[in-house]
Amino acid sequence: MTENKAPMPNLIAAEAPPRPAQTVNPTAERQREFYYFLQLNRQLETRLERLFRQGKIVGGLYSSLGQEAISVGAASALEPQDWLAPMIRNIGALLVKGVPPRDIFTQHMGRATSPTHGKDGTNHFADLKHRHIVAPNSMLGDLIPVMTGVAMAARYLGQKIVALTFIGDGGSSTGAFHEGMNLAASQRAPLVVILENNQWAYSTPASRQVPVRDLAQRAAAYGIRSSIVDGNDVLAVLRAANEAVSECRAGRGPWLIEAKTMRMKGHAQHDPAEYVPKEMFDYWRARDPIDRYARYLGERSLMDKKQRAEIDARVERELDVEQNFAEESPFPDAQSAAQGVYCEGCHTIEADWQRPIAEVTPPATTTQAVWKITDFGALAEKPAAAPPRPHAPNVPRAKPPHIQPAKPAQAPRKHPHLGPRPQQPPRNVPAPVVPLELAEEEYTPVTPTGEAPIRVPFGRGPKDRAFVKDQPPPQAPRHAKPHRHDTRKPSNNKRKR
Amino acid sequence: MPEITMVEAIRQALFEEMDRDPAVVALGEDIGVYGGAFRVTDGLFARFGAERVIDTPLSETAIVGAACGMSYLGLRPVAEMQFIDFIACAFDMVTNYVAKSHYLWGAPVPMVLRGPSGGHVHGGPFHSANPEMHFVHTPGLKVVYPSTAHDAKGLLKSAIRDNSPVLFFEHKLLYRRSKEEVPEGDFTVPLGKAAVRREGDDLTIISYAAMTHVALEAAGHLAKEGIEAEVIDLRTLQPLDREAILASLKHTNRLLVLHEDTRTAGIAGEIAATVCESAFSDLDAPIFRVTALDTPVPSSPPLEEFFLPNAEKVVAAARELAQY
Repeated sequence: MTENKAPMPNLIAAEAPPRPAQTVNPTAERQREFYYFLQLNRQLETRLERLFRQGKIVGGLYSSLGQEAISVGAASALEPQDWLAPMIRNIGALLVKGVPPRDIFTQHMGRATSPTHGKDGTNHFADLKHRHIVAPNSMLGDLIPVMTGVAMAARYLGQKIVALTFIGDGGSSTGAFHEGMNLAASQRAPLVVILENNQWAYSTPASRQVPVRDLAQRAAAYGIRSSIVDGNDVLAVLRAANEAVSECRAGRGPWLIEAKTMRMKGHAQHDPAEYVPKEMFDYWRARDPIDRYARYLGERSLMDKKQRAEIDARVERELDVEQNFAEESPFPDAQSAAQGVYCEGCHTIEADWQRPIAEVTPPATTTQAVWKITDFGALAEKPAAAPPRPHAPNVPRAKPPHIQPAKPAQAPRKHPHLGPRPQQPPRNVPAPVVPLELAEEEYTPVTPTGEAPIRVPFGRGPKDRAFVKDQPPPQAPRHAKPHRHDTRKPSNNKRKR
Repeated sequence: MPEITMVEAIRQALFEEMDRDPAVVALGEDIGVYGGAFRVTDGLFARFGAERVIDTPLSETAIVGAACGMSYLGLRPVAEMQFIDFIACAFDMVTNYVAKSHYLWGAPVPMVLRGPSGGHVHGGPFHSANPEMHFVHTPGLKVVYPSTAHDAKGLLKSAIRDNSPVLFFEHKLLYRRSKEEVPEGDFTVPLGKAAVRREGDDLTIISYAAMTHVALEAAGHLAKEGIEAEVIDLRTLQPLDREAILASLKHTNRLLVLHEDTRTAGIAGEIAATVCESAFSDLDAPIFRVTALDTPVPSSPPLEEFFLPNAEKVVAAARELAQY
């Protein structure tokens, strides 16, 4: 196979966020395969919609129209041994992981041949043994603690796997999301969380739920790394997922990826989404992930019209067979509803050990039950005087932890809980040189206009005449002109005091 | 046989199971270096290390969820709720994910969720609960609530080896109440089997956990009055040993159910319904209940004592039942 040397596409318009540095160079054949999976995902769901209108779908139907690139791109970064937990709009990820479309059809139609034999619907099913798929439920956020456990167990067993799951902008407000992210972060678990920001949680815009525009900002609070990616660009998603997966596999997880996208349908089939402005649909329709990708492949001569037609025909041909299988499948035997509440010998449970068991049994595990405390937790002491900054503008700004370059892999610590962590230095050691002004700038409260907040005396409002009289006459901002002794360059940052 | 407390018996079970099977791991709040709020896991960390005895953040949902995920890879995690009251914080994960996993998705969850429960120690409304019936009512979970050190050890071993998720309630009054003989080394007590703690022909008192001891105390008083009570300790609430209940009723024909849980929709209701359905003709009297009040657990000692059942209340009810 020859490597495709074509430069990576810039598919999104000017507002595209910067891409992570790491690149992938999928072959032309592999790039056409992404197109196949995108189409398989979309055409499968188109058929589900048709079946829904024919009354053949059991329960609700949730569309991933417009979000297919995230499912396909993210799952394509996984190896067969990696674990995947999809959400309701990630049928594409299941297809990439090897789930046959018939499983999706039969699940949605409540048939006996479905992976859950009719016990659960939609894409709620698991395949622990072979494809390493964990089932979603409808309680958003639950998968994050569960996949954290998967990642922790795999590491314990010596398996070099990564656990990947999804969450939405809506689901990222749940307590389970926070608890899971924090546990994963504190455990440094090999967990990749793809946060699909599709702008709408049912009928409520993301802006009314979370007061930050970029949900990836939350990663900073967990002390983990993150990236933001154009979710309608399958190669960009793949690239971001590859970086996250390889970092997690190297023991430097977890990782949060925010994929910006748009839910192009209502919450489910019953919902016409009249609350979404038409212009917003138009904007995103022009950035349809499949149209864009097909155009890109065509322009780069990676897929000609004939090849595209062949893939489209293959998709239809395969889906015909799979849908037919589902429609001809019987409904489950009603009596089977009473079976399977408990596992009474129907499953054998055994762990796949990839490390010597002697490593996790005494005497190897015998240790001292004490914490090693290197930081007493006091407020970081400021240096007595700001260090001289003759070249202040050139002083590199201290980076927040989540974008610091990865440290080289260290020898694994015997007890990751107890060993030295990246910590604050002990109190008697001078604090690291963080330019004071930058630190101050970060903590200065700002109003949306960038002005310093108005001081409102207790019990009095701006309409109070006495209050108005108290206000000092308007002045020029203090730093509008540099002080004559000030050797620094004038700042154009109005927020700075 | 050495005499040990229930705390020591539970600890023994954990040590022995972790020694026996490297797939057994423990996780929870303060269970590692500190050894647990009630010292149940004391020494576990020193022997098995931080990889197998995991101190977690204060995140009950994440503890239960992570234990579930671990069990998907063939581990057998034993997760601790520092007080069982906090299981409410993980209610969604327990009832919507863990409990349904096997039935819906064929994904077994061989985990144990254990924690100290129950009143009598003036722990107040948030450290004294008996929330077992929430979970007895949730298909997919097994619920164990032992009354003796012997059973605690044997049942915990069975719970760890079971392929279904098991909630293991440990009554904190019983932790160090007394010492009893517990065999050293490996033995198990099967889940779903009740025990007859005292034989008698006049009436049956069904109970579990700390209330078993109240029932035995009451039975002693009743014997002095010439009333011989049979005392049955359920040990496991789900699955419920219906045969043991019906077998006892067959020769006593009078039934009193005693539990520390609140009255409405407690296990007494389920037992009464079972008996009415299956053995109505065996009954010589209505089924009596002695339970806690339908209130939260109050804090102040006189209030809590009024709230809880005790031997006096059982004797009064049993006397009435015997004379019915």
